[in-house]
Amino acid sequence: MSATPLDYLSSAGRRADVTLPLTWWVLGVSVAVCVIIAALLWLGIRRARATGGAAETRATPVERPSDGLRWITVGLAISAVPLLATLIWTMAALAQISGPPRRPGLTIDVTGHQWWWEVQYQGAEPSDTFTTANEIHIPVGVPVLVRLRGGDVIHSFWVPKLAGKTDAIPGQNNLAWIQARRPGRYRGQCTEYCGTQHARMGFEVVAEPRDAFERWRTAQLQTAPPPVTPAQARGLALVSFRCGLCHAVRGTDAASHYGPDLTHLMSRRMIAAGMLPNNAGTLAGWTQNPQALKPGTLMPDQHLSGSELADVGAYLETLK
Amino acid sequence: MKPAAFRTPEIGDDNGVLRARLHAIWETQPGWRGWLSTVDHKEIGLRYIVTAFVMLALGGIEALVIRLQLAGPDLHLLTPDQYNQFFSTHGMTMIFLYASPILSGFSNYLWPLIFGSRDMAFPRLNAFSYWVYLFAALFLYSGFLIGAGPNDGWFNYVPYSEKDYNPGLNQDFYALGMVLLGISTSVGAANFIVTFFKMRAPGMSINRVPIFAWGTLTASAANLVVVPAVSLAFFLLWLDRQFATDFFRPAGGGQPLLWQHLFWLFGHPWVYAIVLPAMGMVSDGLPVFCRRPLVGYSVVALSTIATMILGFGVWVHHMFATGLPGLSMSFFSGASIVITFPSAVAVFAWLATIWTGRPVVTTAFLFFASMILLFVIGGVSGFMTASVPVDWQLTDTYFVVAHIHYVLIGINVFPVVGAAYFWFPKMTGRMMDERLGRWNFWTMFLGFNLGFLPMHVTGLLGMPRRVYTYSDGMGWDILNLVTSIGSFVFAIGVLLFFINCWKSLRSGPAAGDNPWDGPTLEWAVSSPPPPYNFAVIPTVASRHPLWEDQLEESVARTSIHRGMTLDQAKETIATTPLDALPERIVEMPGDSYAPLLLAIALAVLFVALLLKLTVLVVIALAAVFLALLLWLWPRRELLERREPAHG
Amino acid sequence: MAELALATPRDLPVGPIGRSGLGWWGVATLVASEAALFGYLLFSYYYIGATALPGWLLEPRPKLLPALPNTILLVASSFVAIYGEKGVEKNNRAQALIGLGGAIVMGAIFAAVQGYEWWEKPYQFGTTSYASLYFVTTGIHMAHVFVGLLVLASLFGWAAVDFFSPRRRISVSNGVLYWHFVDVVWLFVFTTYYLTPYLGFAQ
Repeated sequence: MSATPLDYLSSAGRRADVTLPLTWWVLGVSVAVCVIIAALLWLGIRRARATGGAAETRATPVERPSDGLRWITVGLAISAVPLLATLIWTMAALAQISGPPRRPGLTIDVTGHQWWWEVQYQGAEPSDTFTTANEIHIPVGVPVLVRLRGGDVIHSFWVPKLAGKTDAIPGQNNLAWIQARRPGRYRGQCTEYCGTQHARMGFEVVAEPRDAFERWRTAQLQTAPPPVTPAQARGLALVSFRCGLCHAVRGTDAASHYGPDLTHLMSRRMIAAGMLPNNAGTLAGWTQNPQALKPGTLMPDQHLSGSELADVGAYLETLK
Repeated sequence: MKPAAFRTPEIGDDNGVLRARLHAIWETQPGWRGWLSTVDHKEIGLRYIVTAFVMLALGGIEALVIRLQLAGPDLHLLTPDQYNQFFSTHGMTMIFLYASPILSGFSNYLWPLIFGSRDMAFPRLNAFSYWVYLFAALFLYSGFLIGAGPNDGWFNYVPYSEKDYNPGLNQDFYALGMVLLGISTSVGAANFIVTFFKMRAPGMSINRVPIFAWGTLTASAANLVVVPAVSLAFFLLWLDRQFATDFFRPAGGGQPLLWQHLFWLFGHPWVYAIVLPAMGMVSDGLPVFCRRPLVGYSVVALSTIATMILGFGVWVHHMFATGLPGLSMSFFSGASIVITFPSAVAVFAWLATIWTGRPVVTTAFLFFASMILLFVIGGVSGFMTASVPVDWQLTDTYFVVAHIHYVLIGINVFPVVGAAYFWFPKMTGRMMDERLGRWNFWTMFLGFNLGFLPMHVTGLLGMPRRVYTYSDGMGWDILNLVTSIGSFVFAIGVLLFFINCWKSLRSGPAAGDNPWDGPTLEWAVSSPPPPYNFAVIPTVASRHPLWEDQLEESVARTSIHRGMTLDQAKETIATTPLDALPERIVEMPGDSYAPLLLAIALAVLFVALLLKLTVLVVIALAAVFLALLLWLWPRRELLERREPAHG
Repeated sequence: MAELALATPRDLPVGPIGRSGLGWWGVATLVASEAALFGYLLFSYYYIGATALPGWLLEPRPKLLPALPNTILLVASSFVAIYGEKGVEKNNRAQALIGLGGAIVMGAIFAAVQGYEWWEKPYQFGTTSYASLYFVTTGIHMAHVFVGLLVLASLFGWAAVDFFSPRRRISVSNGVLYWHFVDVVWLFVFTTYYLTPYLGFAQ
């Protein structure tokens, strides 16, 4: 991932591609205007007769002035040109990117929750449907329709390298679309203040070639494998009994949809909505004490004993 | 002797006997009695200014705490909840408790003086609007101080502000406090509108009115019709929270976007209302230091009005990401681009005034002139966000934070500090220190730009708004550190300003009536002015009464030392709206406790609503009615009652 | 030699005379602000209604009884108040008290009938967004009616003790102006809630 994963001064997807030149244009016009005005201001002040206070002011007499209106008329006339150009370019760009260029090749449902992203891939049949969290995979070069829902409060779906923002508003069905031009891992972020941990509501969009995407999708459709070792079995029991109050692991008794679906937890690069890398250490820390890492998160501290925590970890490791 | 129904006002010369008589009629009672009951616009204006500057300092401290927390990645100075209350309270304080009241304060103080009048149209209403502002500020801050401050940003989107997600008192403090504050803003707006049209000196036709007055007038006209939108929004939110109504809750058929529409219908005109009067300060102050009248007065006055009118038609540009239909967004995008046009008029007028004038660089001049650049920087970042596709990337990032600070600090704070340097001599009779003023200016200017110019880049690199922390590895670390350092430098600059005010108040050199050789009527009276402002009512003959000999704009000369004396009671003249022909002698109310009593009754009512104490609500409502009755009781001296038959 | 501009007006009115005076402008700005408030309330209705699902209107055909005669009563009360205002103008205290008192009675009946209508509704303000809008909009209007009744009552009391004269009566004009506003704004509220469903809105 780049050094500035959320910047949009480089683009990797069609909507961002169309927006970027317009962005540079308005930025360039803006900087030019500032430089010109600064120069005019500076040169105008440099002409000052005096520097000082009241005495110097009174000592500089008021005389009948010249007109000066031409400044306004010429200034406005010059300003009108880039303004008009921007207006026209804006309309053209908006027309290009408000809807996908052709029928979407994939539709996903994204629901914003405090403070994570629920992602559901629809299939033709119920057995083709699966839910995951915080990591979205899409095939490269295919327009993907994203149906946005607000699960509780307003959130906003933003993956800058691919597209601009669209809000997820409760009671409203907003549509966004993204299309990646090249493979890569693109960072996303919630960009509508949504409460305590708005700052830590990130996600990733992974664009991969078609066949890699299909392999990923097939793997995601699998239910969780049965436990092999005793530690994993004990871990499964704990997960079903406790974690199952909020989480789902397909193929087990854990079937709640209040929190992220964990069936393929280990296939994800990050946990806690893009906050921590996904490895044994962070996973253990997060499981035991999420409040320390992300205060206010809706997952309570677990107060597991050392061996319980190890067992849970052992089981979670199998959820690839 | 009671005034007859019709009278030919005496014409007299300004002299000591007249002044003594007027002084006795107009002066406020000394001591705490006078302090609580005064209706003198100058006294009320100064209170607004001092209170608003206190709010600026509080909001500034909140900002510094925010910048400490954000100076580096993953810091733990504040918990997320604390941070969220800090940034929300900072926004509320600056936008509602500082930015508008400071302009009300200067307007209150200056308007009768620049109009050649003795007071505002409604002196008791004026006092009332201050008291309600003070009580609303206390109400709002008491929430923050007990850890129940606003926590959903200053624009407070639903559903997060609903009880389901925000069960504490935070939102109730904010909602009720804003409704209370809205009362202050609305009555203040009414006062300015009527004063503008009815209380100008004879001869001050509408094309001779200082631009500062045009700025406050347009702001007031806008506020009058848009403050109800936000008051309603907050009231409906409070109902949703306390009585389970369904205005904004989707489960019951409500619409979260209704909040956004109501809020921004108010919010966008509001942000013009908090800059147009300040732009007027520059339009009136800058020319004094360029030793020539403002270039393009008429165009600037018209563009002030045009900006405000267009300002009603752009509110949706705060909602571009909410999934609205493309056609509607195109319209608002176009309007948002077009609105830069009238705003640009003022910029060119100011530049032309500098270039075709003979500038003298004083501290006030530096603040007024530098504001032009800051205005343009803020304006172009706004222009960038007007384009919908670009806004979809920029919105809700630090780019917008940079924009709002350039427009608010650049077009409100800098002109206000310049206005302070400019009018401090008039208000206090003392000059501010010019040398300390230079330090003040450069520290503020360099600190502000150091803090906020990099913020544009931070936003372009994707840092979202309203985040209590960020991870390293996003590319934002150094930029945030620079911004934090710049903020502290800027804060030192503001501190230097306060120090200069304090020091000058105590030991600044005497100012005289017209230290800057300014052209408008406030410079014709003493510094500070007497309670009655003008011993005789001036008759105005041009836009620049005190520069008439040099400018020769008209054949006639403004009469300052000879005019209507209107000294038979506490009275002044009302004139016609456009041509300012004398229309009526107005009897003005004396000092009164009614405004304070009504404000107290309202404050108690709102506390009772907050705590849901029904009995106290009923008592407070009764107190409100009684206070109103006391205030509006027809009075003989105001000629609201049948006069006793003369012999 | 430049001449001094000096205004030397003759025979200026002193203080408010008849219905002309600063106070009128003050009430006019108050009316503008409150009218805007109702504008936003009605906007909220139209906004939610335009995007609502079928069935949002809890009363697809709102009952015009007693609301329509009640509306006529309220509008009529404005004319009765004008009659009272004319009484003050003509220095006829009896006419003033009949007019102002009559307006108070008619306004009070309006409020009572509206209260009865509320009591009759099969829904409460928390039921749905339609219910919330209906009760809060008519409720805010009712609050304005109460304030108007208090204003008229104060004017009635002051007129009864002969405070006003044909020349000095601006309080009466200002108060009656406020009452007119309360009545006119009701026409907009009534049309929105009771008539637009018949025109097809939000069906």
